[in-house]
Amino acid sequence: MIDLTTKYLGMKLKNPLVVSASPLSEDLGNIRRMEDSGAAAVVLTSLFEEQIHVESATLDKFLQQGTESFAESLTYFPDLTGYNLGPAGYLEHLRRAKQAVSIPIIGSLNGGSTGGWIDYAKKIQDAGADALELNIYFIPTDAEMSGAEVEQVYADLLSAVKASLRIPVAVKIGAYFSSLPNAARRLDQAGADALVLFNRFYQPDFDLENLEVVPNLILSTPHELLLRLNWVAVLYGKIRADLAVTGGVHTGLDVLKSMMAGARVAMMTSALLKNGIGHLATVRAELLKWMEEHEYESIQQMQGSMSQRAVADPSAFQRANYVKVLSSYSLKAGTR
Amino acid sequence: MTRSKVTIDGNEAAGYVAYRVNEVIAIYPITPSSPMGEWADQWSAEGVPNIWGTVPHVIEMQSEGGASGALHGALQAGSLGTTFTASQGLLLMIPNLFKIAGELTATVLHVSARTVATHALSIFGDHSDVMATRSTGVALLASNSVQEVMDFALIAQAATLATRVPFIHFFDGFRTSHEVGKVEQLTDDDLRALIDPGLVEAHRKRALSPDHPFIRGTAQNPDVFFQARETVNPFYLAAPDLVQKVMDKFASVVGRQYHLFDYLGAPDAERVIVIMGSGAEAAQEAVEYLTARGEKVGVLKVRLYRPFSVEHFLASLPKTVKTLATLDRTKEPGSTGEPLYIDLVTVLSEGMASGKAPFKTAPRVIGGRYGLSSKEFSPAMVKGVFDEMAKPSPRNHFTSGIVDDVTHTSVEYDPSFSTEDPKTVRAIFYGLGSDGTVGANKNSIKIIGEDTDNYAQGYFVYDSKKAGSVTISHLRFGPKPIHSTYLITHANFVACHQFNFLEQRDVLKAAVPGATFLLNSPYGPEEVWDHIPRSTQEQIIKKKLHFYVIDGYAVAAEAGMGRRINTVMQTCFFAISGILPRDEAISAIKHAIEKTYGKRGEKVVQKNYAAVDASLDHLHEVKVPAKVTSGFDLRPPVPAQAPEFVRKVLGKIIEGEGDALPVSALPNDGTFPSATAQWEKRNIALEIPVWDEVLCIQCGKCVLVCPHAVIRAKIFDPAQLEKAPPTFKSAAARWKEFKDLKYTLQVAPEDCTGCALCAEICPVKSKSEAKHKAINMEPQMPLREAEGENWNFFLRIPEADRRTLSLGQVKDVQLLQPLFEFSGACAGCGETPYIKLMSQLFGDRALIGNATGCSSIYGGNLPTTPYAINHEGRGPAWSNSLFEDNAEFALGMRLAVDQQAQYARELVQRLAPPLGDELAQGLLNAEQSTEAGIREQRERVAALKAKLAGLKTLEARDLTNVADTLIRKSVWAIGGDGWAYDIGYGGLDHVLASGRNVNVLVLDTEVYSNTGGQMSKATPRGAVAKFAAGGKPRPKKDLGLMAMSYGNVYVAQVAMGSSDMQTLKAFLEANAYDGPSIIIAYSHCIAHGYDLVHGCDQQKAAVQSGYWPLYRYNPDLAKLGKNPFQLDSRPPSLPLEKYIYNETRYTMLAHSDPEAAKHLLKLAEEDVRDRWRLYTNMAAMPMNGGAKEVK
Repeated sequence: MIDLTTKYLGMKLKNPLVVSASPLSEDLGNIRRMEDSGAAAVVLTSLFEEQIHVESATLDKFLQQGTESFAESLTYFPDLTGYNLGPAGYLEHLRRAKQAVSIPIIGSLNGGSTGGWIDYAKKIQDAGADALELNIYFIPTDAEMSGAEVEQVYADLLSAVKASLRIPVAVKIGAYFSSLPNAARRLDQAGADALVLFNRFYQPDFDLENLEVVPNLILSTPHELLLRLNWVAVLYGKIRADLAVTGGVHTGLDVLKSMMAGARVAMMTSALLKNGIGHLATVRAELLKWMEEHEYESIQQMQGSMSQRAVADPSAFQRANYVKVLSSYSLKAGTR
Repeated sequence: MTRSKVTIDGNEAAGYVAYRVNEVIAIYPITPSSPMGEWADQWSAEGVPNIWGTVPHVIEMQSEGGASGALHGALQAGSLGTTFTASQGLLLMIPNLFKIAGELTATVLHVSARTVATHALSIFGDHSDVMATRSTGVALLASNSVQEVMDFALIAQAATLATRVPFIHFFDGFRTSHEVGKVEQLTDDDLRALIDPGLVEAHRKRALSPDHPFIRGTAQNPDVFFQARETVNPFYLAAPDLVQKVMDKFASVVGRQYHLFDYLGAPDAERVIVIMGSGAEAAQEAVEYLTARGEKVGVLKVRLYRPFSVEHFLASLPKTVKTLATLDRTKEPGSTGEPLYIDLVTVLSEGMASGKAPFKTAPRVIGGRYGLSSKEFSPAMVKGVFDEMAKPSPRNHFTSGIVDDVTHTSVEYDPSFSTEDPKTVRAIFYGLGSDGTVGANKNSIKIIGEDTDNYAQGYFVYDSKKAGSVTISHLRFGPKPIHSTYLITHANFVACHQFNFLEQRDVLKAAVPGATFLLNSPYGPEEVWDHIPRSTQEQIIKKKLHFYVIDGYAVAAEAGMGRRINTVMQTCFFAISGILPRDEAISAIKHAIEKTYGKRGEKVVQKNYAAVDASLDHLHEVKVPAKVTSGFDLRPPVPAQAPEFVRKVLGKIIEGEGDALPVSALPNDGTFPSATAQWEKRNIALEIPVWDEVLCIQCGKCVLVCPHAVIRAKIFDPAQLEKAPPTFKSAAARWKEFKDLKYTLQVAPEDCTGCALCAEICPVKSKSEAKHKAINMEPQMPLREAEGENWNFFLRIPEADRRTLSLGQVKDVQLLQPLFEFSGACAGCGETPYIKLMSQLFGDRALIGNATGCSSIYGGNLPTTPYAINHEGRGPAWSNSLFEDNAEFALGMRLAVDQQAQYARELVQRLAPPLGDELAQGLLNAEQSTEAGIREQRERVAALKAKLAGLKTLEARDLTNVADTLIRKSVWAIGGDGWAYDIGYGGLDHVLASGRNVNVLVLDTEVYSNTGGQMSKATPRGAVAKFAAGGKPRPKKDLGLMAMSYGNVYVAQVAMGSSDMQTLKAFLEANAYDGPSIIIAYSHCIAHGYDLVHGCDQQKAAVQSGYWPLYRYNPDLAKLGKNPFQLDSRPPSLPLEKYIYNETRYTMLAHSDPEAAKHLLKLAEEDVRDRWRLYTNMAAMPMNGGAKEVK
């Protein structure tokens, strides 16, 4: 009997397949289907502090626009009883999700201000989340701000949240640090229970006809996994916190690679959006089949087995790697 | 029993009671009664029960006629029902009022009494509407204050059940309906105590029912109608006593005793004023003041005006009365006096004859008019009337409150006479609608009214403009009940929330010596002095004012409040006025903020708190210098070169001095000159467009979309530039045919509203900096002077010769002079570009009938009109008749023009010999489908008139008078969707069916915009509107499809922001089609809830999503054997939600009720699919000889 269990954020999970935060989990039926299809845990869709603030400010602005100016139209809209603008709707959804499934539900929070982080994090905890994933998406554009200062922002936010919470906290970060291992260590020291690698930033595109910047968010592709594998492999063993891979996990083989690099769980969304929630079962089956064929006994057995410290050539994860990959690729192409 | 004290306005007070004692409520929006219906709708949506524990059903009808019909039906079927209305709305209910009263049916209509339109529309208050119902048989009960509105709403309901006479419970529009005051709120137990269940049961038993059938509503003949009509007499005779009994019962339950007539004043009064409505409160204040000083005067407040009780009236008056003056808030031209006067004369005459009157000698009676259209009525005016009464031969049929220098009716008064209580704080606040001043003041009244023992009153004066609107708040607080139903003229606190107001109006006029002056100033306490006008400095010194400044905008911006300075200024007011201890005040303000904004999210509350907390640190007292130093003073309201009427009359109105204009200053039939908006120079834009002549491709899109006609283009001979001001810009004209000419795009800096639609629509972007366009918004102040000079120069450049332009091209249309300019519409209005386009194309020969609504307000609300005149003296002839009859009104214009043209043609034929055959044939057979053709006909008509001048016959004179009708006229009916889809639909349908050449332009904002966004049948499914708080459950009516069903009506659906070309084509085709035409124009609107700078983008999205397909149905094509229906937009390519969720009218439902929003979205998507399928099928329909291939 192959043991697929893993440990993540202090929880024992039945397998390493976790659904990452996405609009898919806005629907309770979907969450049930995720459990049925084999997900070991679900990171709930994110509560966006900025979104709440923007919606609140927008509503306020346009309910007020043009009012108390002209005697015949002192207002333009009826006054509704409520607008569900705070996190209440999200928290209620979390509560219901907890009741609907037996797998752990991890709350996810996208925040901007320290006050907001703590306040919302506590509410997520109180609503019954098994753990919290903080999605820090600070994008520095100020040329005066140093890398160290940016990292301090992350560490301070995390410390503040950790100090006020009893449930485990994972931090989802981007790859854009001048020294990722150092940044990871600082977060580790600030109390992160897990690091989730990596956030996929919204990357604006250009509309050349209209000379406009347009929002753009495309689904992840399997090749994105490689960046994650690289850094999980490098970080494995260097920090206390658990590691999780998110972005580019599409197949059972991707999960295996993630585990071997050193991740405790592999998270998916794009593959589910593309293939349906039932794809989780396929991935799980692939996972089992490969392990059977290759006579692996457990997931935990392979975790970190291909990490930088565990491979024969640790320098494979360093800069020289780049040249080699490119040349091997051109060689392959040339043989066709 | 303890009753809570609430601070509410008259409308809410009436609605509160009416809602609780009724079951069926039929409503229709009309100012100033709309809020009563809105409250009822909101409470019903929230599930608030009435006193019987059930939630009343509230239904919006298509008109007041419809509302009264529905009410009549509900009553006949045994429900307790009500409605709310005013003015023209009440008039539309009159036929049903006769029926309801004739059938002795218990009901109460709550009416915020408003002026009936005569020479002009007025939204303000008087009793002309209520007085028009006197013959219907309804009882008329008047409330004079907010408390009385609540009390009498209940008394009326109890009385109608007791008497079976239907009641109109009325109170003064705006003065009472919109006055915010502290009142004791009746409890449900109070209501139950007054409403007798036995009477309710009797009402139900009288209802029609198939279970005990009978009929009501027969037709009767001369034999019995008369006798049957007399059967109601006992009910009317009994009514006054029954009403008094209800009033007595009310007193025993609630404690406030009212009588049919309430007398106040000296028991031995010799002079008594008889009055009803809010003016009675001002009269009471004057009487109390004068009697305290020994004057033998009094006031008799008439409560129950109909049925009029002679007995109670005579018993109410002191026996000592020598002179009675009736004051009527209405005018009945040609009568022997106004209603109350005639009643009194009759009553006294009968009373004296029968010996029932308590007087030895009959008192002298004089009657006067006051307060029409909410004209101020103050204690000073009351004293003026008392003074007149004391004269040996007082004037009868007088007027009070105006200067009548024509028929000399007005009685004089001393404006400095004041009865204001010294313990009452009187505060005036000048603000902008957009800065939140009124909202903050409403909160302040609530705080003071509900957190202290003080009485509180607030009244708000608004602007006639929807962009850059000025608001003036009048607040009173004090330990004594406030009867001051007039504006504050003796203020001990004045706040000016906009620094630039100082140069526009005398804000300190009302400040009393020693008063406090709070100014929102970008200049600190040290430097502000030199930036304020001389006369302001003079008053500050002379009146020894305490002068404070705060940079409210800086504090608001820092707190994230943008330009909303409301909480900042409110905090300063409390801090300076000392009405509450500072800490208490701040905590109360914060509590009010939480209450007002809490629902909108914590962040909104927090930023308001931040503004409060930061305010006091920035509040500074100014050390007032002893000397006047300023080198400038108030700007004249209009430029010196404006015509005399504009300077002497309109200018006075602009500067807020219209009250001082005498009767002789005003036109006697409502006629006003066109082209007056150009003189207002409102300077409301913070930023204005600046043209980059190098980048510009001269496409003309900016000119087309500009809602205010402030950005214009001309092509001209380069020689014109010789005298151009130094900063005047031009570029080589980018037209093949005008390549030797210059082109200029010029902005009117002082007329622009800064909406930025022009910059947003500009398609050209710099190749080296994408954000830089051919039009860019820049601060107005530094540009004002130079661009003003450029604008004046630009106006002097000759207009393009219309015959040389291709009017089917947007690029060429930009060169046509707009004859609709600088309207008072909202900045970024989506309606006005269509009217402007129409005025450019056909304005020199257009007659316009305009339905009441936004377009009649920005089109014709004094002081000025945007309808303009071209260099030949021609321009649109515009009039507003009513809301409901506009299509018919325009049809009448068409008939008149056609009839006169026909007569002119007949006369030309008759006079052909002296005129010459060539001219006569030319006139009769003129081809006028092009500008060139029209020009030639104009020349022929000029030649005709010249020849006619030499003919001295009557026919020649007649032909001279009608000769202009030989030039083809373009007749337009313009209005909004409330008119076209709802109240005016029957007439519109008839006009479309008439076959006559009337062009209908429907400015479809999908709500009643002018009255504040109530649902119409044009409101789309899923959108939240007033009366559709849960999102409109049903789809929008397809007005275009209905019009197409006639087959001979030109129909187009357009959205200028999506396709300006298609819009242009539709206007040209509609005008060219010799029959009825209707253009349904998508008009983005402030009531949609988004930043109107994106109006055109939203129009695009509406079309792309398939929600608003563009099409033209041209019956002329069918005559050619072609399919008349052309679908001009592409298949839906944008999900509907991407369009709708940019707008608050949809997102607020998604927030408040996500499930309902999802459900309605799904249905709305189906609507789009179904409609698109239908339209594509229609477009593909094979026609004789013109079959299209079905795809």
